[in-house]
Amino acid sequence: MLKFTEEHEWLKIDGDVATVGITEHAAGQLGDLVFVELPEAGATFSKGDSAATVESVKAASDVYCPLDGEIVEINQAIVDDPSLVNSDPQGAAWFFKLKLSDPDAANALLDEAAYKEFVA
Amino acid sequence: MEDVSTLKHTPLHALHLSLGARMVPFAGYDMPVQYPEGVLKEHLHTRAAAGLFDVSHMGQIVVRPKSGKIEDAALALEKLVPVDVLGLAEGRQRYGFFTNAAGGILDDLMIVNRGDHLFLVVNAACKEADLAHIEDGLGSACDVTMLTDRALIALQGPRAGAVLCELWADVASMRFMDVAEADLHDVSCIISRSGYTGEDGFEISIPADAAVDVTQRLLEHPDVLPIGLGARDSLRLEAGLCLYGSDIDTSTSPIEAGLEWAIQKSRRPQGERAGGFPGADRILAEFSDGVSRRRVGLRPEGRAPVRGGAPLFADAEGKTPAGTVTSGGFGPSVDGPVAMGYVDAEHAESGTRLFAEVRGKYLPVAVAALPFIKQTYKR
Repeated sequence: MLKFTEEHEWLKIDGDVATVGITEHAAGQLGDLVFVELPEAGATFSKGDSAATVESVKAASDVYCPLDGEIVEINQAIVDDPSLVNSDPQGAAWFFKLKLSDPDAANALLDEAAYKEFVA
Repeated sequence: MEDVSTLKHTPLHALHLSLGARMVPFAGYDMPVQYPEGVLKEHLHTRAAAGLFDVSHMGQIVVRPKSGKIEDAALALEKLVPVDVLGLAEGRQRYGFFTNAAGGILDDLMIVNRGDHLFLVVNAACKEADLAHIEDGLGSACDVTMLTDRALIALQGPRAGAVLCELWADVASMRFMDVAEADLHDVSCIISRSGYTGEDGFEISIPADAAVDVTQRLLEHPDVLPIGLGARDSLRLEAGLCLYGSDIDTSTSPIEAGLEWAIQKSRRPQGERAGGFPGADRILAEFSDGVSRRRVGLRPEGRAPVRGGAPLFADAEGKTPAGTVTSGGFGPSVDGPVAMGYVDAEHAESGTRLFAEVRGKYLPVAVAALPFIKQTYKR
């Protein structure tokens, strides 16, 4: 199941674990990323908390946790090469995997069509 | 957030839109922050070839002596700036700043001797205040006029000279800070060999009605790319150049800012025209007594950019304040984060290790010499 937030995160949900990244639209708006800071595995966040930071040449931006949960894995590849977020934001450049406290809460998020309409 | 509908446009506004620029409000103008290439490529292209910047938002001010004698305008302006204006030769330009009675900096500017008048280039956000300040100080001796019918562009980078020579103007003989009038595409322009990137380059004042034509012709050259405010900021930061409002303002003295090189001998203690500008008591005293804080370069040791506003500490626990970062970001040519800021004098020596507070962490940074890149001015 693929879901989106109005804060421009995408979630690929498999059972109670969501793989989370930022959307193509967000990556385009941010421009060339030069630094990514990810949370540590084991950290817990509530929906809307700042869970990661991305920095372009010019500015820093927060990446928010899209639902309540615990970080179970992070993607070291985008820390080593932040430009991956610009080249493949909705594929190889996922940010973290989140074990959801309440998987049903995902139903309230946008689906792909609704997100596309949101950014149009 | 400024209301987009009230933002002013430069003569090149429509051209920026046609080039696909992303526009942002800046100093009351709707300005390009980046073009489709993006800040990183724009920055690196400027260092490798030539970048073209619209800086028409800046103020261009003519100061014409009522007596007809340039010396009278020079001496009048020396009452507002700690710069040797009288000794500025015709066709030459000098960096300077307006000071206030407390020895702070009101704005920084370029001063050109154009033979029968002085030509000043000031910051966009300060230009109205500067005009009033100059009229107050010089109005009895000079006619002061803000030029509103001219664009200003900058062509910067190692290929800038070759591009201009190839297209129109023989600028090869110009040296850093020379200013000349020349025809570009049959348009009479004022060209100075200067800029804000640390690279060789030119700033070109063009009559507004011909600005699009001249700019388009430059952009047609394969070595030239349009560059936005984003890369302008990272380029000037790597070059160690101050941004007014961030690195210098009314709370910083020129000596604290490390700008004493812009105060020539004639205006310093024991100089033939020492003092005589606002705040001279403090500024001249600082030449002998020193200052308690200095502007320095800062190299973060990790990959995380350290931005303006970050507090600096002498220890890794954030217990002993040591200063503040005034501007910082990622330096594409350095391929790492770069910053500058003010630190207490005891921490100002190059190599001193300090810690910047970023998102609750204390990141190690080293005090570093400026600039971060090698300047390539044609001296």
